[in-house]
Amino acid sequence: MKTSSMSNSTPDAGNGLSTERRRFLKRSSLLLGGLAISTWLPPMTHNSFASEAISGAQLGDNSVQKGGYGAFVRVGTDGKVTLISSKIEMGQGVQTGMAMMVAEELEVPLKDVSVVEAPANAALYTDPLLQFQATGGSTSTRATWEPLRKAGATARMLLIQAAANRWNVDATLCTAKAGTISGPEGQTVNYADVVEDAIELPIPTEVTLKSPESFTLIGTPAQRLDTPAKVNGSAKFTIDLSVPNMLIASTITCPVLGGKVKQVDASKARAIKGVKDIITLHNAVAVTATNTWTCFKAIKALDIEWDLGDNASVNSEEEANAVREASRQQGAVAKTAGDIDTALKEAPHTFEASYEQPFLSHSPLEPMTCVAHVRQDSCDLWVGTQVPDFAQKAAARLTGLAPENIAVHNQLIGGAFGRRLEYDFIIQAVQIAQHVNYPIKLTWSREEDMTHDLYRPHYVDHIQAALDDNLEPTGWRQHIAGASVLASYVGSLPDSGVDGDAVEVAIDPIYALSDLEVQYNRQDAKSVNISWWRGVGPLRSTFVQESFIDELAHHANVDPLTFRYDRLKEHPRAQALLKVVEEASDWHSALPEGHGRGVAISHVFGGYVATVIELAMQGELGVKIKRIISAVDCGIVTNPTSVSAQIEGGTLFGISAAFFNEIHIENGAVQQKNYDTYRQLRITDAPSVEVHITKSAEQPGGVGEAGTSLAAPALVNALYAASGKRIRRIPLNRHGYFTV
Amino acid sequence: MKTLNINGNIVQADVADDTPLLWVLRDELGLTGTKYGCGIAQCGACTVHMDGAPVRSCSLPIGALTDQKITTIEAIGETPVGQAVQKAWLEHEVVQCGYCQSGQIMSATALLANNSTPSDSDIDMAMSGNICRCATYTRIRSAIKDVQFVDAMEGASS
Repeated sequence: MKTSSMSNSTPDAGNGLSTERRRFLKRSSLLLGGLAISTWLPPMTHNSFASEAISGAQLGDNSVQKGGYGAFVRVGTDGKVTLISSKIEMGQGVQTGMAMMVAEELEVPLKDVSVVEAPANAALYTDPLLQFQATGGSTSTRATWEPLRKAGATARMLLIQAAANRWNVDATLCTAKAGTISGPEGQTVNYADVVEDAIELPIPTEVTLKSPESFTLIGTPAQRLDTPAKVNGSAKFTIDLSVPNMLIASTITCPVLGGKVKQVDASKARAIKGVKDIITLHNAVAVTATNTWTCFKAIKALDIEWDLGDNASVNSEEEANAVREASRQQGAVAKTAGDIDTALKEAPHTFEASYEQPFLSHSPLEPMTCVAHVRQDSCDLWVGTQVPDFAQKAAARLTGLAPENIAVHNQLIGGAFGRRLEYDFIIQAVQIAQHVNYPIKLTWSREEDMTHDLYRPHYVDHIQAALDDNLEPTGWRQHIAGASVLASYVGSLPDSGVDGDAVEVAIDPIYALSDLEVQYNRQDAKSVNISWWRGVGPLRSTFVQESFIDELAHHANVDPLTFRYDRLKEHPRAQALLKVVEEASDWHSALPEGHGRGVAISHVFGGYVATVIELAMQGELGVKIKRIISAVDCGIVTNPTSVSAQIEGGTLFGISAAFFNEIHIENGAVQQKNYDTYRQLRITDAPSVEVHITKSAEQPGGVGEAGTSLAAPALVNALYAASGKRIRRIPLNRHGYFTV
Repeated sequence: MKTLNINGNIVQADVADDTPLLWVLRDELGLTGTKYGCGIAQCGACTVHMDGAPVRSCSLPIGALTDQKITTIEAIGETPVGQAVQKAWLEHEVVQCGYCQSGQIMSATALLANNSTPSDSDIDMAMSGNICRCATYTRIRSAIKDVQFVDAMEGASS
């Protein structure tokens, strides 16, 4: 077996899944691209709907849930409302936002809505933007905004109709508020008392949603539903779970991708008190024991001889060279507008630059962990996952069980950042559980987690601009080189050879250009598996675009904020945000020598964000980040507290990577093993982030990744303003920079 | 068999002496609020109090413990400072994924128990050992500054 990836080469599991994923790709106009905005309404079946919406059905019972809304919202006979959440909570606050949507239309207090995790069920819970059942790509609010409000409104209409029937009055004369229905003559009845009647009613053919002006909950700062349990230690993450007769398991996987176990001497490990079983998998060895420490100790006591395979001499600088070389070749054309050949040939001036971004680990604080119990006829998985349906199908393939006999109990996630869109660790847990007759909780050590991640690819962008007499860009050609996450995830790329994720933003730059060509130069990595990382394609693209436009502004000797503003006439929302950060940062005020401000702006995930970073140099390499100011226009805001928190944290998350993070591979093995060598931003490095949310009536946009994508360019632009040094290859610490 | 004083309870654990306190709390005593993040005292997710001082339980073998009083996140709300910190954490909506927050709250509580009006640099010093991958630092700082509680010592002397 191969634990590090499901994506391309596992004979027993990966190929089948790839086929499945390829079908997703074919169905999808732009998988994960974030541009394929479509409206989705769950299918509604007459008569069957009311019972689903009101009394609810058993989770995962498709035969009675195919009507649609019953799969999302239930009102119990006690009047209690349950949101069946198709999106997992991993810190983004999404389940509270979703509960707010339901509560708003259903006219119940937010505190009366409880949340349960949706089961694995692609038929019910496929994300219309992602085209599979997943939480990711900053799609959650966008995808659920209309269906969930409709679900809440439909339930409200049915309950009101039931009350109206009882009073023998016209339903339009009745209103609902805080779970109580009022009639025209002052009658009142609680939802709980009419649920049984409402079950019998046909669903309304037309559902009217509240107008945003009449929202009383949406748009107000709401206390998150999941946070009280997270401040007193009672919240359970996967790593905290315990099921009867469970033992802990941990693994050591071959340090080199593609390697396998040759021979194991487990005698020393077996002698450790508490060790139960030692299981040799294809490329890993697992230990089960009564506690985690014993597992970790036993793992260290194993004497394993590895067959390191073909990658035993690969290093990341070789990989980088190959990507750099690819960036200078002809690639697959992703976008052509105008005539960039002629423009570059005839331009009075040209300007070019290359930008480079490293392999990155996700390193969420909760390491990969999964509780698995495999029995002859069924399997239970308790695991925090962004892809419950993929996890279920992978487990089905491994065990030979039917997917419906595999229950995925989704859990709160202790950080994901894209990592839990993969399920390599879930496969490993199932494989271990297949060898034993008890449930196991697979817990990776931090070292295992960091060295067997699926990494953000190493990218090189090369970009050449044609400039007019005033040094203003009229067009550019951009080559994007690097491994294809999309191909890795879904099995292949479309015939065009273009990775729609990698070229996002680049093919539709926010700035007006007459001539544009974008080429995609795929150069896959040998030494590591790759995957989605917070910010996905726009993260890479925004660093390049916002660094390059900054360079052009300075080259033209124009203020970088003004230079951007003047080229954004087609994006008034972007211009408005630039005005906000211009004022809030006091952009035009003079700064002391060695201080500087950098700006960046983006139109990603269906919204707009602008960020200004102010920093001060101490000596040549010391950097004190003094202020971060962000303005966001993400359309209608559900919970402003969560929007602000996502921009604050997301921006600092991006700073952490841009300043400190780079995964090195030597002799095929990842060199960074823990937070001592893969340094994270700490409170001492982190200025407070000031967020300005613009009032907007536009459709909601995603905010979980938008802040992240602006961090690196705003940082390097500020560094340039402060020091005159242009950093085109991140992270900063590879050039000797450190925080002070 | 090792005898420990955890959250005011005398408990026994039958594990090897080199077992870090973290795993005794989590796997033997079911106190899972204290988290594993790195195992090498780099991230602070495992922070508990030993006689009131913040310590990294992942790097504290129980063989080294004698009669010290250990307090974990599960009991910190029973102290006035801990309760006030938890309240401020909710009012400022500090938490994102929440995984590191037990450790953050234990560090913040230890700070505030000794210094009820910490400066920015006091906060930075006390909290720099706690990594938050969601980077909730902006709110951690503002929540700590806003913690309101009656200092038991001051209350007693006045």
